[in-house]
Amino acid sequence: MKKSVYSICGMCTVRCPIRVEVEDNKATWIEGNQHLLKGALCAKGAAAAALVADRERPQQPLLRDGSRGSGKWKKVSWPTALDYIADKLKKIKAEHGPESVVLSSRGGPWQDMYKSFIHAFGSPNYTNHDVTCGRNTHHASLSINGVGRKDFAYDIKNAKHLILFGRNMFSSLRIAENLQTLDMLDNGGHLTYVDVRQTITGLKATRFMQVRPGTDYALALGMIHEIIKREVYDKKFIEKYVSGFEDLCRFIEPYTAAWAAKECGVREKAIKNFVDEIAEEMPKVIFHPGWNLSRYGDSFYASRALHILNILMGNIEQKGGLIIPKGPGDCGHKGLRNINIPKPDIKRADGVGWKYPHFDKGPGLAHLFFETMETADPYPLKAWIAMRHDPFSCLPDPRKQMEYFDHLELLVSIDTHYSEFGWYSDVILPECTFLERDSIIITQKGPKPRFAVRRKALEAENDTKASWEIFKGLADRLGMEDYFPYNTMEEYWQWQLEPTGYTIEDFDEKGFIELADSPVMFDPENLDDRFKTPSGKVEIISEKLTCAGLPSLKEYQSPIQPPRGMFRLVYGRSAVHAHGHTTNNPLLNELVPRNTLWINTKAAERLGISHGDLVDVISEDESYSGTVPANVVDYIHPEAVYTLHGFGKEIPLQTRTFNSGISDQKLMVGKLNDWDKAGGGINLCQSFVTVVKSVKNPQRRVEL
Amino acid sequence: MNKYMIYLNGKRCIGCHACEVHCKANKNLPVGPYLCEIDHSAMVTVKSVAKTEFKFRSCYHCEDPFCMHICPTNAISKREDGIVFIDQEKCIGCMACAGSCPWTIPQFNPETKKAVKCDYCMDRVDTGLKPACVTKCTTHALKFVRMEEL
Repeated sequence: MKKSVYSICGMCTVRCPIRVEVEDNKATWIEGNQHLLKGALCAKGAAAAALVADRERPQQPLLRDGSRGSGKWKKVSWPTALDYIADKLKKIKAEHGPESVVLSSRGGPWQDMYKSFIHAFGSPNYTNHDVTCGRNTHHASLSINGVGRKDFAYDIKNAKHLILFGRNMFSSLRIAENLQTLDMLDNGGHLTYVDVRQTITGLKATRFMQVRPGTDYALALGMIHEIIKREVYDKKFIEKYVSGFEDLCRFIEPYTAAWAAKECGVREKAIKNFVDEIAEEMPKVIFHPGWNLSRYGDSFYASRALHILNILMGNIEQKGGLIIPKGPGDCGHKGLRNINIPKPDIKRADGVGWKYPHFDKGPGLAHLFFETMETADPYPLKAWIAMRHDPFSCLPDPRKQMEYFDHLELLVSIDTHYSEFGWYSDVILPECTFLERDSIIITQKGPKPRFAVRRKALEAENDTKASWEIFKGLADRLGMEDYFPYNTMEEYWQWQLEPTGYTIEDFDEKGFIELADSPVMFDPENLDDRFKTPSGKVEIISEKLTCAGLPSLKEYQSPIQPPRGMFRLVYGRSAVHAHGHTTNNPLLNELVPRNTLWINTKAAERLGISHGDLVDVISEDESYSGTVPANVVDYIHPEAVYTLHGFGKEIPLQTRTFNSGISDQKLMVGKLNDWDKAGGGINLCQSFVTVVKSVKNPQRRVEL
Repeated sequence: MNKYMIYLNGKRCIGCHACEVHCKANKNLPVGPYLCEIDHSAMVTVKSVAKTEFKFRSCYHCEDPFCMHICPTNAISKREDGIVFIDQEKCIGCMACAGSCPWTIPQFNPETKKAVKCDYCMDRVDTGLKPACVTKCTTHALKFVRMEEL
């Protein structure tokens, strides 16, 4: 039997809209939703059917049957696994209180359910992966605009100039955003790309600035200086909506374009030409404030500077600028119902909200739980449930993390594939693939808001379950059934949609429900209540930061040079893989089976390394090393070496990636505690590594 | 006269290799054979920006295909619209076709033990659709061109 199902892709966390054709419970065709993407889909999406067919992922619940990490598992039934977890959780709750349980997730639009689960259990300790992703950018946006990083959509298509600082968008692949950018370029727009190496995004750029690693903030300051000096900013917008502009003018005085050029290793003329260009193009100029900007000690301030640059352009709620995303209420619709159980009134174990009052309390800061595991201050932690989150792949130094996690009595991993954390945990609950599961209906805010839903295209052929079934199963066993009063996803959808007047059948035609026919725009002359800061204005000086003893405008400090013979390790992603999630997918692994080490041609020459040579990459304390081929290139800064994230995995059941390549996070020894006290993000580019030509290079070999 | 060709707009191509996987997924191919490929040349500096050129290659669907003539079982034919294709029923997997092709286009499918090559997804084309690689190209860089339109 043939059918066609609209759904949402789950190969990475961009969640592109898709349409799936199914025949005899096999996905025969997957394409990007024609109504939104005109069919476009990336390699990962194309490899979804290979994920479903892959037997190198957990097929049924597994209980650890040896020491942690030994890889000895007992296959058990779902009732047995859920009973085991529920019994443990009940015991922990009785002995240590519900707050001793932490639940972490990958974040995203479906997190309400997981968050509600842990709140209903009685713990305030919900967290997600964002400290290794957008937390600095989020906090930077909050401190200036009073709203988070997702409270702006970028109207790239209508922009004349997009500026990306290390945002390698054509490898991260948010397809809709990529299409907009290419359309902008086709229409004669400009793209300025700043990075320590040339990437696919840089290839498409009209200007590429290769900077010294860790100097993004300096370049942004130099740009601000030049813009203010030449008065290339929106005076009306500043006067109307911005406070603290005089402080900015005073602060920026020493950071001239000439200074920035010298600090970053770019030409002063390049900065000046750039400002010439944007002077003509503003307000249709977008400075992307960063995505995975958890890199250097000043990434938070770099992101603040990028937000300030947007403010100077006066691009808010302007065509070709930053658009405030609209929700159902903004276009005369009622919103969806969603399970949303409030956080219990207990101090968070990561200190967010009381020890660190300047951070957003939402998901807190995942890395700050580790110390609590050891010190039991303010209370002991006893269990960690990781929902599609792999702390060992996200956060630095998994070996150190293991020591911390050993203080815990229960580690649970819920994931489609074996994660490195899952391999070390006590119970693996296998989630079915995204093609085999329904998810709750979500609201996608934007200039044209939508309701969207992921719907099951296939029946799972193995003993795996959707996350809603897993949490429902646990909730029922823990006496929390009242909080999750549904038995099927259809029931839940119906309850969600009730206030909106829509039914689930309304998604059949396009896969989503559009809530506005044309983009909804606020009046840019009347944005008074849009900035949720204490003063209601865009604040250059944030009182919250001042109260926390932190400067709003931070003096620039030059990053330290790598010690002699060492390099700064930077990481990234490719268009083919979604980090460690997809490296074992047969079709994607075929394209990129392992990572390499990018090294500058001259630096490699000094070390006697030629292109393709095997090199050993050794952590600063020499406790971890890996061997990969060198990719010797001109276009990477000589202080840095680069590798693709998601490799160096040590899970024997993933035969395609077992021990292939190197793991950047394992090279970050001792860096779990290296984080940004102002932005909350982890500094993931502050590790130095030694690179030597490997003795494993074939030289002489005999056959006996 | 060939009726069709696939054109790559290099300005829009981002070298994401999705076309290769779309093709494999559509033809249900295992690890090993690939029927189209994206190739990029080494970077050169243009106005201080390092650039590279992307190229797309599938089968050239030759006017007078060597692979067709050498096939011992007459499994390869050329349609009136120019599409050169392999009849999987007749193919015995001897791979003489690959040997005769200047670009070694035909590939061996280790699962079916037969030769496979690009046929512009003719089953789709015959129903008015476009090849898989073109339909789903991540950035709409690939175009399926009907010659008479030019």
